[in-house]
Amino acid sequence: MNAPVTSARTEIKQTTCYMCACRCGINVHVREGKVAYIEGNPDHPLNKGVICAKGASGIMKQYSPARLTRPLRRKQGAERGANEFEAISWEEAFAILEERLKKIRATDPKRFALFTGRDQMQALTGLFAKQFGTPNYAAHGGFCSVNMAAGLIYTIGGSFWEFGGPDLERAKLFVMIGTAEDHHSNPLKIAISRFKRQGGKFISINPVRTGYSAIADEWVPIKPGTDGALLLALIHELVKQGLYDRDFLVKYSNAAQLVNMDMNSTEYGMFVRAEVPVEEGCFDPQNKLWWDRHVDKAVVTHSDGVDPRLMGEFKLPDGTPVKPAFQLLTERVKNYTPEWAEDITGIPADTIRRLAHEMGVTARDQKIELPVAWTDIWGKDHETVTGNPVAFHAMRGLAAHSNGFHSIRALGILMSILGTIDRPGGFRHKAPFPRPIPPCAKTPRGPEAVQPGKPLDGMALGWPADPDDLFVDKENNPVRIDKGFSWEYPLSVHGLMHNVITNAWRGDPYKLDTLLIFMANMAWNSTMNTVEVRKMLNDKDDNGEFRIPFIAVCDAFQSEMVSYADLVLPDTTYLERYDVMSMLDRPISEYDGPVDSVRIPVVPPTGECKPFQEVLIELGSRLKLPAFAKPDGTRKFKDYPDFIINYEIEPGSGIGFLAGWRGKGGEKFMKGEPNPNQWEMYAKNNCVFHYELPKSFQYMRNWNKGYLEWAQRHRLTRYAEPILIHIYSDILQQFRLAAQGKTQGKQPPKHLRHRIETYFDPLPFYYEPLESQLTDKQKYPLNAVTQRPMAMYHSWDSQNAWLRQIHSHNFLYVNPLTARAQGIEDGDWMWVESMWGKVRCMCRYSEATEPGTVWTWNAIGKQSGAWNLEPGANESHKGFLLNHVISEELPPTADGEYLSNSDPVTGQAGWYDVRVRIYRAAEGEPQESYPQFNELKPVPGQLPRKRSWLAYVGGKIVGN
Amino acid sequence: MKTEFPNTETLHFPKSCLHCEDPPCVPVCPTGASYKRPEDGIVLVDYDKCIGCKYCSWACPYGVREIDEHQKVMKKCTLCVDRIYDATLPEERRKPACVLACPTNARLFGDVHDPDSEVSVAIRENGGYALMPEWGTKPANHYLPRRKQRIKIHTDELVRADNPLKKERAQPKPDIKEPSLDDVTSW
Ligand code: SF4
Ligand code: SF4
Ligand code: SF4
Repeated sequence: MNAPVTSARTEIKQTTCYMCACRCGINVHVREGKVAYIEGNPDHPLNKGVICAKGASGIMKQYSPARLTRPLRRKQGAERGANEFEAISWEEAFAILEERLKKIRATDPKRFALFTGRDQMQALTGLFAKQFGTPNYAAHGGFCSVNMAAGLIYTIGGSFWEFGGPDLERAKLFVMIGTAEDHHSNPLKIAISRFKRQGGKFISINPVRTGYSAIADEWVPIKPGTDGALLLALIHELVKQGLYDRDFLVKYSNAAQLVNMDMNSTEYGMFVRAEVPVEEGCFDPQNKLWWDRHVDKAVVTHSDGVDPRLMGEFKLPDGTPVKPAFQLLTERVKNYTPEWAEDITGIPADTIRRLAHEMGVTARDQKIELPVAWTDIWGKDHETVTGNPVAFHAMRGLAAHSNGFHSIRALGILMSILGTIDRPGGFRHKAPFPRPIPPCAKTPRGPEAVQPGKPLDGMALGWPADPDDLFVDKENNPVRIDKGFSWEYPLSVHGLMHNVITNAWRGDPYKLDTLLIFMANMAWNSTMNTVEVRKMLNDKDDNGEFRIPFIAVCDAFQSEMVSYADLVLPDTTYLERYDVMSMLDRPISEYDGPVDSVRIPVVPPTGECKPFQEVLIELGSRLKLPAFAKPDGTRKFKDYPDFIINYEIEPGSGIGFLAGWRGKGGEKFMKGEPNPNQWEMYAKNNCVFHYELPKSFQYMRNWNKGYLEWAQRHRLTRYAEPILIHIYSDILQQFRLAAQGKTQGKQPPKHLRHRIETYFDPLPFYYEPLESQLTDKQKYPLNAVTQRPMAMYHSWDSQNAWLRQIHSHNFLYVNPLTARAQGIEDGDWMWVESMWGKVRCMCRYSEATEPGTVWTWNAIGKQSGAWNLEPGANESHKGFLLNHVISEELPPTADGEYLSNSDPVTGQAGWYDVRVRIYRAAEGEPQESYPQFNELKPVPGQLPRKRSWLAYVGGKIVGN
Repeated sequence: MKTEFPNTETLHFPKSCLHCEDPPCVPVCPTGASYKRPEDGIVLVDYDKCIGCKYCSWACPYGVREIDEHQKVMKKCTLCVDRIYDATLPEERRKPACVLACPTNARLFGDVHDPDSEVSVAIRENGGYALMPEWGTKPANHYLPRRKQRIKIHTDELVRADNPLKKERAQPKPDIKEPSLDDVTSW
């Protein structure tokens, strides 16, 4: 039997998938210049040959009728949003941008703002913004999962997904909270299946049972926004039973460190410091105190042979009352009983207790011991690495609430008291993490960092370590357009993209001139309050000028946002370009060591499409930004591949975007001179560089001498200092002290003092999400959330002919009990209404939904004609977008002040805080989703819609 | 069985041609296009003979056949017959695409007639079952039941001599001056 199909005309090329953010290796079969077939690359460390429905359907993305192929300018006199454009040349497009941006840079660089979507090129976009000199730059993190990043990084020095994850190879119990599917996608599926085959128990905690939860051994339904209450009750029970890893907490966290309890002291709530002079730097100096159990007095932490107390209260010789941080934690969780949490979360107290016992006893009694010798940072040798096999994974379900930061701090503490951080079977870091708490990168501290004609003096985004790190002027006004790093959202480490348009429209804190948006659909699924934000985008002032004077959008596809642009730059697809998944950004590292990867074009760009990277390098060169132009003004880099090879973070530093095959002949890694053949070497190696650390450097990396010194030598980090887990956050306490007027440095303005004092609690606490606190819950009794569908990455593929076969419209999923109470039958048209707006949609009964929650797949609904879908497509008439009922701001305060609908610590968008009610659509109402919008007509250069996409086989349309 | 909240199970149930040992889709075909290969049991459609009459899709009790509206022929899973015998592929890649793609390795591929094959062992040891056996189609493809893992914690496991609370004087002795029976009676 032989049936050779791989004909001689077929070429197989390796690159990296981008149908979601996981970045699996793919083999793309190209036949006569057309993409014929995409399969997983079996030699890729991430996906090991597997592929998902999205990845395989990349072909239909490549040939999508939604693609833009020519630069476009809004037609003179056309309204923004009308989608009326004329095609222009790239030269014209660059000239328009160059002229505008030159003027802005020479006068006030902050009037240019660059915000980007889920792009994975933040190292380059961030560099461009910094070089331009604007502080107004961020990617999508603020409206995605910044609470997860900030909450965990401020606690354990690492976080989930790109920077760490559950070690399911060794875990015995796996608890997944607030994750449906994706983040990580294929790799997590591979790991969960292996874990289940090995006999592990998988518990899913989620209001909805979808995605990975389908194969969970136990589903624990929870009310949205109450995860913090559950986690605190679990900590309560574990502490009460003594089911915590005492040795781990003592050595590797700040649990035993003594906190100053003198209410009158300006140091109240801070760790007491011994008078050991320390070098200044971005790390925790090791000059804190423990209370020695045996001799009953204070000693410097990690003193040889000392076993400190975790509980109790003591007095220092000078009379200062002190308590170990762990004592304060036990006091904090004292009233957070399982019974208390039952009322809030809807989870029976007995279940909470049982879950705590399963976690605690598994961690204690199923200890793993690996014969891996290592040396801790204090110089002590260990013959083995041990681990407590309880692993967690959590994502946006916890994060996208205005109480998410503290819920996630509670999760970090739960994982830590179980003794599971960077140990086998628990949570494992991925390079370049762990990092100091907080990481060293800082924004400038005031407006003087923004100067005409100069790069920004600092980073646009950073990690504040104390109030003085805030990016505000003398009057405490924000310097950033999104008010990031101001007293309103001090730790907004990913910015607040969700408030940029509203702030710029209102002119608060100031007006912008040019807004450049890269692949973010801010007129549709990536914005809250969609209907109003769309009006703002097209709104004019009294002089008839647009309130946001100029909007440029770079996207590969004709999204709703594109229709609001003055200038459209057609991007390429992932199959048409070079890309790097860099250590300077969010690489694809594994637990065993750093991994980065690249994309290499498998087909040429369509039409006049140009990769956004090339656009930035061209603009950077034209504007003569120092990183992109030589002192004589000529360009430094021919193009993006040349930039990637030759750019170094400091000239001669040997550190660039790619870590593999550095040095003249490719003999070095992490650090080394530029290698002219670096791309070829990646191409020969499955587009991926993987450095496996020696076994002894693979665990306990927060405190592993060998690893930390290795990371320091390879310039992953500046300091080889221990990264102690922050059970108690003295960083947060410093903000609280500032709010209490007890500090010398920056202090919050009066109207925000109470807010800062409340939410900058050094220990996690539970509070009802801010929007719920302000909602009439009698009127709006239900929570509404969205989940990402398995077959589409957010909105990315409601244009994909193959994946549209799986979903072409969405329903509102409702528990039958809840629906019947409103007389709504399965399949009925119904309304879902919040205090902000309402949407008409179709109901689907679901027993896999907690009765107090309604939910839908996010971002399947489309504006009619968007993405060049047929004007009558299901997406626009049956599908709907829940964003219309979610606000980007809270109701204005009594003084008319607008605060973002966000976490008060991090500025994380509170997507899932919205409260709604549901009712049946009246007889005779149109059987169509509401609201409806103008129909978008195709723009110049768009490929015609084909009727026969489904007959695409092996690079050809078969049949008619 | 109907599951109701909160005892809900979510089940993803992929279906494709089961390559029946006794396939009702074959004898109904008027042109002989629908056939079962004697050498390996794979059920296929010969597109050169198929007239698109759809009899077979009516006969298949599992609903896995679909007419291709463009080519006007009946299509279904071929078990990637072109892949699994393709000698140009490395041995371990000679499997149906769905088996290779599946991230969770939920699909196994092998010879059900070989009692030592991976699939036969899995069916035998893990309670593999055929869909709708009452139809007598004897599907070659089997399904494996769901597995549930539970943890049982005995209450005495919570009591331990090395409970870390003991190091913290967690059950503190009452202050010597606190009231006691000694203060109120002399017996
Ligand atoms: S999981 Fe994501 S990156 Fe991997 S194949 Fe699927 S879409 Fe591509
Ligand atoms: S599953 Fe249906 S199509 Fe496949 S062999 Fe059996 S009867 Fe025929
Ligand atoms: S549709 Fe084709 S294969 Fe099926 S019965 Fe008719 S001729 Fe035979």
